[in-house]
Amino acid sequence: MVNPSATPAVVLENISFRWSGSERLVLDIPFFAANAGEHVFIAGASGSGKSTLLSLIAGILSPESGRVLIGDVPIFAMSAARRDIFRGEHIGFIFQQFNLIPYLSVLENVVLPCRLSPSRKPKASTPEEAARMLLSRLDIAPDLWQRRADKLSVGQQQRVAAARALIGSPPLLIADEPTSSLDADRRKAFLRLLIKECRAANSTLLFVSHDQNLGETFDTSIQLSGFNRALQTTPTEQGNGSGMPEPSSQ
Amino acid sequence: MTRFLCLFLLAGKSAWNRRGTLALVVCSIALSATLLLGLERIRSQVRESFVQAVSGTDLIVGARGGNLQLMLYAIFHLGGATHNMGFKSAEVIGENPEVAWTIPISLGDSHLGYPVVATNHDFFRHYKFRNQESIAFARGQAFDDLFDVVVGAQVARMLGYDLGHEVALSHGGGDILAIMHDDMPFTVRGVLAPTGTPVDRSLYISLAAMEAIHLGWQGGAPLPGLKISPEQASKLIQEPESITALLVGLERRSRVFALQRDIHDYREEALTAVMPGVAMDQIWQMVNTGEKALLLVSLLVTVTGLAGLVAAILAGLGERRRELTILRSVGARPADILVLLAAEGFLLVVSGILLALFALFLLLNFLSPVLLDLYGIVLDASLPSLTEWGIMGGISVAGFCAALIPAFRAYRLSLSDGLSLSR
Repeated sequence: MVNPSATPAVVLENISFRWSGSERLVLDIPFFAANAGEHVFIAGASGSGKSTLLSLIAGILSPESGRVLIGDVPIFAMSAARRDIFRGEHIGFIFQQFNLIPYLSVLENVVLPCRLSPSRKPKASTPEEAARMLLSRLDIAPDLWQRRADKLSVGQQQRVAAARALIGSPPLLIADEPTSSLDADRRKAFLRLLIKECRAANSTLLFVSHDQNLGETFDTSIQLSGFNRALQTTPTEQGNGSGMPEPSSQ
Repeated sequence: MTRFLCLFLLAGKSAWNRRGTLALVVCSIALSATLLLGLERIRSQVRESFVQAVSGTDLIVGARGGNLQLMLYAIFHLGGATHNMGFKSAEVIGENPEVAWTIPISLGDSHLGYPVVATNHDFFRHYKFRNQESIAFARGQAFDDLFDVVVGAQVARMLGYDLGHEVALSHGGGDILAIMHDDMPFTVRGVLAPTGTPVDRSLYISLAAMEAIHLGWQGGAPLPGLKISPEQASKLIQEPESITALLVGLERRSRVFALQRDIHDYREEALTAVMPGVAMDQIWQMVNTGEKALLLVSLLVTVTGLAGLVAAILAGLGERRRELTILRSVGARPADILVLLAAEGFLLVVSGILLALFALFLLLNFLSPVLLDLYGIVLDASLPSLTEWGIMGGISVAGFCAALIPAFRAYRLSLSDGLSLSR
């Protein structure tokens, strides 16, 4: 996963993390990196710290030690407020489900990042034009664009979420089990579209899932346990949820 | 700025999405704002109405007694007078060089509940109300013949009287079971233009007419067996011996204290001279406690309304955690969440106030004819006064501050929740 000739988009160095009040390390990562434009699949069982890892990369949780670089910016050197702005500008998110603001229309949902983060405004066009283009490319029919987001099927909602994450071409896209609420057919189609659009936007994709089968579509597929030493030292404690507020995914 | 607008729009859309619950909150705020605004409007306009009725009168003179009682009876025809003052004393006061004009007033009779005021032509000439306006006739003219009556605008409107109409007066203030002076009917000679004062609710006859209809009466009741016809009465009437009160206008207002002292020191008769402004102040002081109590109740209702607002937004936060997390993930900062929630509270309060203004306007339109009818108080549905703007601003600010409670809660939630990515 480390190619010396490419520029890294995400770098983790000597990261350790544990929940406050807990003895156990959740993450102990000597080194991890993803290159710019690389599509990385991270597989991990429920409760293995996948979401915690993504929260660290997003700069929402602070590590006990070590540093996180997005591009070449050490994000924990920034103030929390500055980090919030940085996140809005550089990272798109897709969650497992309920990604959309239910009372906004599909189009309003997609342009939301442009409204809240000025640098996410597309350079060449208006946010609405960019949203329409992304929505059509993600197979959302125009007659759905003005509809309330919660009137769409789950599969459609996930694709709208992908459009929102991709608008303004953020350098980094974080997807946390975005396919687990979809059935097998739609899962494949969704992945194909997502990867195609990430490539078009030239965004780095970090995709985590418990579903090992998805890994083959990606440039790189790795096991979280492969670089998280916390899982290697105490494998029996995995997923017992002691002090971990992370609900298990199915 | 556009960011702020975007958050405001989001707050509005989010609130609209939960309009079922929030409508109740808006209603409770509207109710409290209506109470506060309505109270203020009635308070200020009642005062204005009262003050307007006596704007031109410098002194009210009557038999020795309570200041308030004298003014309320002489000007507003409320309550009653215990004693009359001698007409001679009135003439003496009228001859004082400091005095510009006097208006004698004799009360006691009524017509269908409207007070009958016996006076002379000086009333039409000198009585001033509001901004020094004089009495004007809508139709007809002042009483001339003994059995002429001039009616106030409201009397004419409510009873459908016009020139030439025959009117029977009754003795005393009651309109039921009253002894009628129906043996001596009066004819409407003039109809006054509206004034927005108790004048509108009164009927005016001459002092002589008052004497005439009470000829053959003794101790407040007609002598049995004695019937006097109008023709006989015209011949029999004499100068009135006494009147209820005398309204006095001065050449120079600065002399009012001197004249008041002179009248109090008048040797022939024990008299009281009241400055209407001073008596008004006494009324307001008496009313003040009641007003304060009402104000306190309205304020408590407002606090309850705002507590409802806080409770509703707080209760909604649990369900909206997801919404707030999504907003955070698309670039909203914790400070934006704070603004979003505060904006929601502010929007709710402002909607409540707008609703209150609407309700108040309807209420005033509905209430003002009733109040004018019953008490001669003019309530107009005019634009909000400075004080009322102040009240609305106060409620808005209070609402905004109250909304900061759930806003800070949401702010802290969004800090601790972060982007709990899988929920």
